[in-house]
Amino acid sequence: MVKKLMACLGDAKRDAILSPVFVVGEVVMEVLIPLLMADIIDNGVQMGDAARLRSTGLWLVLATVASLVCGALAGHFSAHAAARFGRNLRRAQYSRVQQFSFANIDHFSTSGLVTRMTTDVTNLQMAFMMVIRIAVRAPVMLLAALGMAFSINARLGLVYLACIPLLGGVLLLIASRAHPLFEKVFRTYDRLNQVVQENLRGIRVVKSFVRQDKEIEKFDGVSQKIYKLFSRAERLLAFNSPSMQLAMYTCMILISWLGAQMIVGGTFTTGKLMSMISYAMQILSSLMMISMVFVMIIMSRASGERVAEVLDEESTITDPEHPVEKVADGSIVFEQVGFAYGSGPETLADIDLYIPSGSTVGIVGGTGSAKTSLVQLIPRLYDATRGRVLVGGVDVRRYGLHALRDQVAMVLQNNQLFAGTISENLRWGNENATDEQLREACRMAQADEFIRQLPGGYESRIEQGGSNVSGGQKQRLCIARALLKQPRILILDDSTSAVDTRTDALIREAMARYMPQTTKLIIAQRISSVEHADMILVMDGGRIAAKGTHEELLKSCPLYREVWQSQQKGDEEHEN
Amino acid sequence: MKTERMPHKPRRAGFNPRTARRLLGYVFRPYKVQMAVVLVCILVSALAGVAGSMFLQPLIDNFITPLTRSETPDFGPLAQALCIMAGIYLLGVVCTWLYNRAMVTIGQGVLRDIRDEMFAKMQALPVGYFDTHAFGDVMSRYTNDTDTLRQMINQSLPTLISSSVTVVGVLCALIYTSPLLTVLVLAMVALMFLVTRFIGGRSGYFFTRQQKDLGLVNGYIEEMMDGQKVVKVFCHEEKAMEQFDRLNDELCASAAGANAFANMMMPIMANLGNLMYVLAALAGGALALGAGGLTLGALASFLQLTRSFSMPISQIAQQTNSVVMALAGAERIFAMMDEQPETDGGEVTLVSVEQKDGRLVETSAHSLHWAWKVPEGGSFRYVPLEGDVRMESVDFSYQPGKQILHGINLYAHPGDKVAFVGHTGAGKTTITNLLNRFYDIDAGRITYDGIDIARIKKPDLRRALGMVLQDTHLFTGTVLENIRYGRLDATDEECVAAAKLANADRFIRRLPQGYQTVLTGDGAGLSQGQRQLLNIARAAVADPPVMVLDEATSSIDTRTESLVQQGMDALMTGRTVFVIAHRLSTIQNSDVIMVMDAGRIVERGNHEALMEKKGRYYQLYTGVFELE
Repeated sequence: MVKKLMACLGDAKRDAILSPVFVVGEVVMEVLIPLLMADIIDNGVQMGDAARLRSTGLWLVLATVASLVCGALAGHFSAHAAARFGRNLRRAQYSRVQQFSFANIDHFSTSGLVTRMTTDVTNLQMAFMMVIRIAVRAPVMLLAALGMAFSINARLGLVYLACIPLLGGVLLLIASRAHPLFEKVFRTYDRLNQVVQENLRGIRVVKSFVRQDKEIEKFDGVSQKIYKLFSRAERLLAFNSPSMQLAMYTCMILISWLGAQMIVGGTFTTGKLMSMISYAMQILSSLMMISMVFVMIIMSRASGERVAEVLDEESTITDPEHPVEKVADGSIVFEQVGFAYGSGPETLADIDLYIPSGSTVGIVGGTGSAKTSLVQLIPRLYDATRGRVLVGGVDVRRYGLHALRDQVAMVLQNNQLFAGTISENLRWGNENATDEQLREACRMAQADEFIRQLPGGYESRIEQGGSNVSGGQKQRLCIARALLKQPRILILDDSTSAVDTRTDALIREAMARYMPQTTKLIIAQRISSVEHADMILVMDGGRIAAKGTHEELLKSCPLYREVWQSQQKGDEEHEN
Repeated sequence: MKTERMPHKPRRAGFNPRTARRLLGYVFRPYKVQMAVVLVCILVSALAGVAGSMFLQPLIDNFITPLTRSETPDFGPLAQALCIMAGIYLLGVVCTWLYNRAMVTIGQGVLRDIRDEMFAKMQALPVGYFDTHAFGDVMSRYTNDTDTLRQMINQSLPTLISSSVTVVGVLCALIYTSPLLTVLVLAMVALMFLVTRFIGGRSGYFFTRQQKDLGLVNGYIEEMMDGQKVVKVFCHEEKAMEQFDRLNDELCASAAGANAFANMMMPIMANLGNLMYVLAALAGGALALGAGGLTLGALASFLQLTRSFSMPISQIAQQTNSVVMALAGAERIFAMMDEQPETDGGEVTLVSVEQKDGRLVETSAHSLHWAWKVPEGGSFRYVPLEGDVRMESVDFSYQPGKQILHGINLYAHPGDKVAFVGHTGAGKTTITNLLNRFYDIDAGRITYDGIDIARIKKPDLRRALGMVLQDTHLFTGTVLENIRYGRLDATDEECVAAAKLANADRFIRRLPQGYQTVLTGDGAGLSQGQRQLLNIARAAVADPPVMVLDEATSSIDTRTESLVQQGMDALMTGRTVFVIAHRLSTIQNSDVIMVMDAGRIVERGNHEALMEKKGRYYQLYTGVFELE
């Protein structure tokens, strides 16, 4: 995991190396300062040597300034290294997700991915900054101060040596006990985020069912759980600083006692006793910092693992080695195709189908009859688990993904617009489309009229998720966006369900007239949407139950006839 | 694509006293007693620390020096003194533990209180707020911003208090020892203060920016992850990368700036403290050597005090970062809390009633009858809940000046089925959003059973109106729980019955755990049609006298739909229903069909009458109507 994450260092590397270098410089200076200070007191002030006072004083000032500069630079470099590391981690994950296939996307939840890219990265970023700064500083300081203590008096130094493992052990114990609790805390946080997210999305449902109180209760429950877990974890950590104080005070009393006896015995001096005590502070606070870093690293381990999971996720669909970059025509062939999501049961079975280029194919069938699964195989959103799918006479797996998907436009059932202007959204279809092309596509999708009625026209803003346009308008915009691609194959997956019948008919007419070469696949609930298709597939339970023209199916397929009749009832009544 | 939605003025963020006071209110008000204990403990622990650094002098002067002079050294008094010190230290340690522990509970409690209040406030916000705010940015307030508060309350606050105590104590001692040198020390402190202000101001500015950038990145990722499948279908990966990189780089820059200044604070302050010590030593030494009248002992103790002085000051300085950061977070949280909540001037409530002596009497017992309780001159009038809905000359606009609906008149008698037809964007959905007061009308009047809905309490109004919305939203939980969302006290049997009515029962039973199947991610594993069916079941279990069906049946396959239609028809009897549908076949049996165009009702009447009229409806129906 660490290796995987470290691979994302990139341009943070230089600063990540410079930071510890300056940290060491800072520590060296900091250890020098007390030595010079002792010199000033013992040899300057006590001896009454004004020249010595000035010269050592100058050195002292220089050392202080050097320490200041080193410290500031270390701070600067570590911050920049960590910020870049964080940015690179976010970027690496984001670009990884861009490589994901639909199956990969299904594997992670949206909110999970968002947390991995934000909170988890922030945790890692902070931990990284700690590591290259504090984690270097503390041990160096510890060793330097310990060395100093031993050089002053080895016997008294042993007091520290005894204290260090004791305190270290306690701190380690606290950290290891707290760790599982923190993991639980983070999991509960995920749940909290989930509740907030669902409420943000479903606020209209909450409000129209007047469930604010229930939601608040639900939220408060999770919130309370976090409170309890987090308090428990932090109560353990609350032992840290008293333990540290206890150790320090114990050292001070022991050293005072032993030191006093040594001084009386004539083997020690008062000045040295004072410096021993000041080293106690440095040694034990370094230890404290080490434990803090330890906790931090442990806490960020879970984050690291979650991030690494995204980075490790292998896209299940990748470009072939020598990809075909040109789609010859819009013909589609299914050969003995079977398909299953993950390791589940087969959703599609025994699909054999030939669709000539330029034809219009309607697909009808009940909920869960795998209509969507069928068409998703064409732009290779998923790979067939059995058999093969050919587009333009070539197995879809042999195409470059970009080339294939550029030629196979699909309007998804759960379509999405993005925050931005209408024209920005439309240009997803073709970045370089002229304004005239935009309008043309919108005219075909019957969106031009309502767009022009908007105050900002094509430059009107779409809010996140397209919340400020109606369902039908959203669908028409999504169709226009797909039309801009001028694809060889166009798939509409129940894309006009919120569009009224008249508009629906006009869209179909326009497509028939202006895109005769494009193969059109239309999944629909209304028979009227597919009635004039060259071929209609009736799907049932993952199989093609029947295929043929409208007239043929009326004669041969009872299922189709039943649906047709139920939708025609109104018309007949009227005619009678 | 631009993601920046709210204009922001880059300003020098710093200490905003009002935000700070408000935040402290959350700490001190509900936790008065605990905070008092904490303050006492901090005081004791700080004093124990000061006692520790002061002990050095008596140790040397009163014990060690006399002992070295003594022929037969008696370590008894020293041992005694050390025992007393040990006692004081132990007290300090215990106090440290106590306040650390108490702060954990207080800090976490405050966070919980703020979270809960924020969520409750969020629930009270009008629907319009959610139309205009990025979800990710709102989420960020619950996560990133709340996190900054934890840091501040748990760590900064105690440190600030104990450091302040120490600073004041030591300052007194300094002045007592040497007023002249104190001036020098104070000059250095002034310098430290200026540096703190500068660095703190810079880092504060960047921290505020960082929080904002974090919100933006969060919002962007959220949106893109949601639409990732569309990104794939359009091969838009590279484009999506570009915009992300820009936001990500901005976040990187502000994070680097913020942390760089924060990191510099400690070494700079510590070394300024050292410098202060050195300068004090040099000046004091000169004074001691010359005729300054400073004794060596006084110098030593002054230097020791200088050390004790600079430590807490640099600690205070260091905390400014997390304080500034927390205030930036708090400001964002408070901004959301201060948003104008949905106003509800309603006084009319919905109560359970029973018939007694020909009069309606309020009852607490579970009754099937409901009535509006209308206050009238001190007493109440009970109006039975029937489902009579009227709109009188209603005008509406989402934004002032852009009128969407014009003079809508509409009468629905109890049990009527009113259908809206018309092009998308004609205003059908908007009308239904007015009925339950998601938005308030500009002019005109809407009444429910003769009562102006503006007078009805919103929760009661919404309870009396069932909604099957265009976008389905399910919640994490079992299928059964999702259905029960419609009415919390519904029994399992009632939920199953509702599912059967909506024809959802069949597919639910085919799910791995049937009704106990846990749905996550807004019902991600279900098809659009299945989600719709659950949506309908949820509304069916609520059983309100008025229902709004907003294009709900549009993505269900025809076979399922015809079954749903049967259930719906059963459900509709005795109920006022507003239907927005695109298939004219489903609304022919409506009592009234409203044909809408550009925010106006252009035709009304039942199917036969409208066909007779050979107007817009007839054209729509026969498909004759041609475009533009």
